[in-house]
Amino acid sequence: MDIAQNILLTIMTAATPLLIAAIGELVVERSGVLNLGVEGMMVIGAVCGFAATALTGSPWVGMLAAIAAGAFFSLLFGVLTLSLAANQVATGLSLTLLGLGLSGMIGESFVGTAGVKLGSIHIPVLTEIPLVGRLVFGQDPIFYISLMLTGGVAWFLFRTRAGLTLRAIGDNHASAHALGINVLKVRYLAVMFGGACAGLAGAHLSLVYTPQWVENMTAGRGWIALALVVFASWRPWRVLGGAYLFGAVSIGQLHAQALGFGIPSQFLSALPYVATIVVLVIISRDRRLTLMNTPASLGQAFVPDR
Amino acid sequence: MRIELQKRPVPSKLFAVLSPFIALGLTLVAGAILFMALGKNPFDALYSFFIEPLTEVWSLHELTIKAAPLILIAVGLSVCYRSNNWNIGAEGQFIMGGIVGSLVPILMPDFQNWLTLPLMLVLGMAGGAAWGVIPAFLKTRFNTNEILVSLMLVYTAQLFLDWLARGVLRDPNGNNFPGSIRLTEAARLPEIMPSAGSAHYGILLAVIAAFAAWFMLRYTLNGFEVRVLGANPRAGRFAGFSQSRMVYFAFLLSGGLAGLAGICEVSGAIGQLRETISPGYGFTAIIVAFLGRLNPLGAIAAGFMLALTYLGGEAAQMTLGISDKVGRVFQGLLLFFVLGCDTLIHYQVRLVWRKAIAAVGGQA
Repeated sequence: MDIAQNILLTIMTAATPLLIAAIGELVVERSGVLNLGVEGMMVIGAVCGFAATALTGSPWVGMLAAIAAGAFFSLLFGVLTLSLAANQVATGLSLTLLGLGLSGMIGESFVGTAGVKLGSIHIPVLTEIPLVGRLVFGQDPIFYISLMLTGGVAWFLFRTRAGLTLRAIGDNHASAHALGINVLKVRYLAVMFGGACAGLAGAHLSLVYTPQWVENMTAGRGWIALALVVFASWRPWRVLGGAYLFGAVSIGQLHAQALGFGIPSQFLSALPYVATIVVLVIISRDRRLTLMNTPASLGQAFVPDR
Repeated sequence: MRIELQKRPVPSKLFAVLSPFIALGLTLVAGAILFMALGKNPFDALYSFFIEPLTEVWSLHELTIKAAPLILIAVGLSVCYRSNNWNIGAEGQFIMGGIVGSLVPILMPDFQNWLTLPLMLVLGMAGGAAWGVIPAFLKTRFNTNEILVSLMLVYTAQLFLDWLARGVLRDPNGNNFPGSIRLTEAARLPEIMPSAGSAHYGILLAVIAAFAAWFMLRYTLNGFEVRVLGANPRAGRFAGFSQSRMVYFAFLLSGGLAGLAGICEVSGAIGQLRETISPGYGFTAIIVAFLGRLNPLGAIAAGFMLALTYLGGEAAQMTLGISDKVGRVFQGLLLFFVLGCDTLIHYQVRLVWRKAIAAVGGQA
């Protein structure tokens, strides 16, 4: 039974960075902006989180540094796509390329440095409850933040006036502008929220999942997070389900590698990527449904006329 | 302070020419600041990064070796992006081209005649095109996002190559090192000037491809379709152009050229199939395409420019002890500035101070 608990625990740990990054991107896309730079912001968060932790000794400082770095980095994307109306697809790509390069440079002196792990929570009696104790009361702090983020974003988007405004901008920025809403300001805030989330997701990788710095350690997770948003048809709780599904796939393939089965490890490592494609095909098949769910202004630049 | 954009009635011809150069200038300024932050003399650093590689014959050869794949891939991507299709998986198509193209000389090392090399090049193209057609098929048939699919296929291609080079195709006499047997002379892309350096004929293929694509875009109906469907899909539909045929065309072309670049790299620069065959050419070529303003001829100049960042990174590491990762940072910065400067073509940019708005509000 402890084995089952351990496996579930690792699945949840693997899913957490995907969940956080995808929730952030969901808010960005709901405001009508497509930021393909999640991978870049995530890897910047990972390296800044690790570096700040190594320099101060406190993983909490590292976590905050990662959030700040992600938000600041996303601002570059914001200035280009929002203020200068540059192509969002290309700018997002350049954010990823720049992030991967910059993180390699920042992190070079930290390769091989022993990391400090952001420890799991331990509540004396509750954590020791058999079967579910560690799942519910004994996980890392970022895991609990990820759940709060999901609930918070779901509440914000569908239960508050500000959330309604954000969705309205995503569906029709011209009308929102005509109503006197400051489209670019809301989009700037959304982009920075997405950056902060991606940074936090990166910090989870370099402070909890594998407490060390390895170049390109995000290994495509930012892109999988982008796919998760499509998979979840832009709804927060479905992102949670999707993230745990992908967590299960990536942990499952690791166990399969350990057991052997005679399947080459590379084929098993490719599983999460292949699964992403399969899931995208299944979810996008119905053209009408996709059209209905996608924020209508997604990816289009908005230049206010005065 | 705020940035205010005003749409130009017609795109500015002046800035269409100037914007890549402004972007280059801004990148150099940002680079100088970066080097100063690293505690180096910015002028020395920029000199060893961008000028020194151009002063010696052998490094000019290295430059063309690195420029050839970048140009080949970027030419295909330029056409692809022009048609509003987003293939960002050229890296995977490059790898598949390298794999499929080198199957002949690895599995049949005795097949050595004048046919070997052309067959390899054609198979390389086919391999890249086949990998590129997957996102095109899924996009047209299942409405799947081509950006994500083409990117996921990069990771699968990398793992597939890793498996081949360590497993099935590994040289049995290679002391368990990953990598295939060395290609024989008949399977190697010849060097242009063997006495002076190792530049191979890949660069010639790249330049031919660039001119062919330029001609196609400018003078053929197919090229017209690319431009119309890219600029205005609605107008294209009214003209009776098929959107899904264009998706296939864009991905087959860009995948095929990336595959050709892949086999040229294996057959020309490396000489065997290794577990990694690309230092990120497929991604850097995206920057090349944009720096060349999505014009195949522009891709030639831009390809040499980006090849220089690879060499400059190595040079800066040797002479100044700066991390060679700086090259990647330069590449990312360059794309940022290029995209920012493109705004100048379509918009008049003005800086507005908050005070001015308050005054206007007061009057109203």
